[in-house]
Amino acid sequence: MAKEDYEVIIGLEVHCELSTKTKIFCSCSTEFGGEPNSHCCPVCMALPGSLPVLNEKVVEYAVKAGLATNCEITKVSKNDRKNYFYPDLPKAYQISQFDLPLCHDGKVNIELENGESKEIRIERIHIEEDSGKLNHDEFGRGSFVDLNRAGVPLIEVVSRPDMRSAEEAENYMRKLKSIFEYIEISDCKMQEGSLRADVNVSVRKKGAEKLGTRTEMKNMSSFRSIVRAIKYESERQIEVIENGGTISQETLRWDDVSRKNFSNER
Amino acid sequence: MAISKEEIIHIAKLASLNLTEEEIIKYQKDLTDILEFAEVVNNLNTDEIKETVGINGEYNVFRKDEVKQEISKEELLKNAPSKDEGMFRIPKVIN
Amino acid sequence: MELYEYTVHEIAEKLEKNEVTSYDLVKSYFDRIREKDGLVKAYVSTLEEEALEQAKKIDERRKNGEKLGKFAGIPIGIKDNMNIKGTKTTCSSKMLENYESPYDATVIEKLKKEDIIFLGKLNMDEFAMGGSTEQSAFFKTHNPWDLGTVPGGSSGGSAASVASDLAPWTLGSDTGGSIRQPASLCGVVGLKPTYGLVSRYGLVAFASSLDQIGPITKDVTDSAILLNLISGHDEKDSTSSSRPKEDYTKSLVNDVKGMKIGLPKEFLGEGTNEEVRQAILEVADKYRELGAEVEECSLNVGKYALATYYIIACAEASSNLGRFDGIRYGYRTENFENLKDIYKNSRSEGFGSEVKRRIILGTYVLSSGYYDAYYKKAQKVRTIIKNEYDKLFEKYDLILTPTSPTTAFKMEEKSNNPLEMYMADICTVPVNIAGLPGMSIPCKLDSKGLPIGFLLVANSFEENKIFRAGFTYEQAINFRENNKPTFKGGEN
Repeated sequence: MAKEDYEVIIGLEVHCELSTKTKIFCSCSTEFGGEPNSHCCPVCMALPGSLPVLNEKVVEYAVKAGLATNCEITKVSKNDRKNYFYPDLPKAYQISQFDLPLCHDGKVNIELENGESKEIRIERIHIEEDSGKLNHDEFGRGSFVDLNRAGVPLIEVVSRPDMRSAEEAENYMRKLKSIFEYIEISDCKMQEGSLRADVNVSVRKKGAEKLGTRTEMKNMSSFRSIVRAIKYESERQIEVIENGGTISQETLRWDDVSRKNFSNER
Repeated sequence: MAISKEEIIHIAKLASLNLTEEEIIKYQKDLTDILEFAEVVNNLNTDEIKETVGINGEYNVFRKDEVKQEISKEELLKNAPSKDEGMFRIPKVIN
Repeated sequence: MELYEYTVHEIAEKLEKNEVTSYDLVKSYFDRIREKDGLVKAYVSTLEEEALEQAKKIDERRKNGEKLGKFAGIPIGIKDNMNIKGTKTTCSSKMLENYESPYDATVIEKLKKEDIIFLGKLNMDEFAMGGSTEQSAFFKTHNPWDLGTVPGGSSGGSAASVASDLAPWTLGSDTGGSIRQPASLCGVVGLKPTYGLVSRYGLVAFASSLDQIGPITKDVTDSAILLNLISGHDEKDSTSSSRPKEDYTKSLVNDVKGMKIGLPKEFLGEGTNEEVRQAILEVADKYRELGAEVEECSLNVGKYALATYYIIACAEASSNLGRFDGIRYGYRTENFENLKDIYKNSRSEGFGSEVKRRIILGTYVLSSGYYDAYYKKAQKVRTIIKNEYDKLFEKYDLILTPTSPTTAFKMEEKSNNPLEMYMADICTVPVNIAGLPGMSIPCKLDSKGLPIGFLLVANSFEENKIFRAGFTYEQAINFRENNKPTFKGGEN
């Protein structure tokens, strides 16, 4: 069978840093740059005894994002902890939202090449905190933790798997960018990581009902790499299936230099 | 419900703890006992019951979006076991 | 009478009238600490130099006619899980043995504003996990009524120091009974306020939805005074109540006529020591005599509450203690080659056995596959327990039970059996689960000369009723006047 016999299914989880003055749970500045660990306090550094207090602007901005993408706004919403150990996550849990996100069931329309418009459904938008940054030095002396970004507010916009090509994914992402810029909730500077996406890709034979196994590429922060990664990954999956193999559900790391995906497990 | 040794080892890994053989056996027994006791919660019918979220009814508690910096970077970093150039130093992490 | 023997309300009067100085008062405590803390071992660290210096300054200001707070120059002891800027906060753990906080807990900030002086930090079960203070990583605290027995816990140092006159009053924290049970075992007054009445900012978290800071004092009056000083809304703690501040000393009324007290039979049955049971019945009779209506009732929540408690408390603790990873502060292993080693070895070497046990249990109940069966279920049972209390408070102003099913037990008697140890919390735990206020008040000694305490529980934010009934009882039966710890027994 040929590539044309397959359909590519794409879903995006877009992370967008909100342009509030302060972090989501403390009064530290969200300004980009600055000396390492200079925009920190007991809360975002997770010192013993500190407690989070939610920034009202974060809720306001997230609700704005929800309204601008035709979401329903949840009447009763709450935050949850996602527990895992990593040096850029000082509390060893990320405060996020699980079962009661602020916004749900929205949609945006994108323009297709043929001039038609297509609806991309949004499953949910929730608020969460960003993690810090690990710096590495070339002398191999170690890694260095900078928590200036830890606690910067994010919204995560989760789409339904409604996109069928890399171009549609790019269009959708551009659409979100222009909406969020227009309603002034984010500067959407991709080079600074203000707007980035986790991309889920699967393939299935045209006409098949069941979705294929998907792989995820995390933290993609340019349109170019999103397009390249989706193209590469969908072709790889088709090739594997054509050769009689199966796709395993995994998280891949896109390398923009070699233009290849690498498995973290492999 | 008895907890297996493998489960204890798996849980210890999730909790970032190393357990000695002795501790594994001890916790295996303790947890089995405690969880067996905790089973009494399953005897209660909770079909119509909502989970407790916040015990004293405070909700919509927000903070104003105003920058405040009360504690210096030096003070915040003074307890660090290892630091360099204003950052916490750890062994090299390969991404 | 020595200065360290007075209650705070007594000594504050003497300070105001210039009959004593803060310096002499503070010094009398440090002399007493030198004399008795070798036996009791309540303090993890003392702040003598700073405290005496501050006392001098306050005396000076008083002499110059400066208007001072009513309790300026009075010292206090603090459980070692509350942050005082620039001093160590160890949580009696190797993990934080050398940790110095760069900020003040809100309660500390409030006390500083009142010119209260800090004597030092008090021993506890590691990270507040335990009921005997035997789980301290440093040393065990002894009960001054019998040095061979435990002071209770986890705020054992806070209770034993007040009982031994090593501090006029102290702050403890209570997650499942950690203020009330040691207060009961040491013959002093311990109050766990309503969840949200006192800010938790700066209290090292054990189980965030259950933890509350509260006073341990020589009498009920001091308890009301200290609660006045530490309560009130705090914008740094989003669970802190936004209700207007109350003056609890106004509730110190010597009259219980018309009050209705429920006496749940389930807390006086099997598992409760006979002498304790008798003592509680005597308290009930005393309240009847004083004009209250006391009626037997039913509150069948003990076992459910205990199971719920261990699921919720361990789950929250496992998450809260994740931050102790040897990266930003605290103990870091010397034995590492990579990041994983730092995590695993620092945590394994830095935490004691009870802490690890609870982290393992908490991680288990939060792990995928068990979350709904345990944690979610427990949060629902929590609602049921709260509802049971709500029903009782439609009828009663207060609920009377023992604080602890037994008096102080011998050291090492229970520490090997976690389940048995946990059962000792059966009277206190449901109160935390429902977020209610509860106060332990001493009533008499048992045949071994060990204190028995009773627990008064009120509906949320009805501390005033507890103070009124507690004060009235104390005016009728003054335990403290007739009983003093012996400092006998044990190996010492």
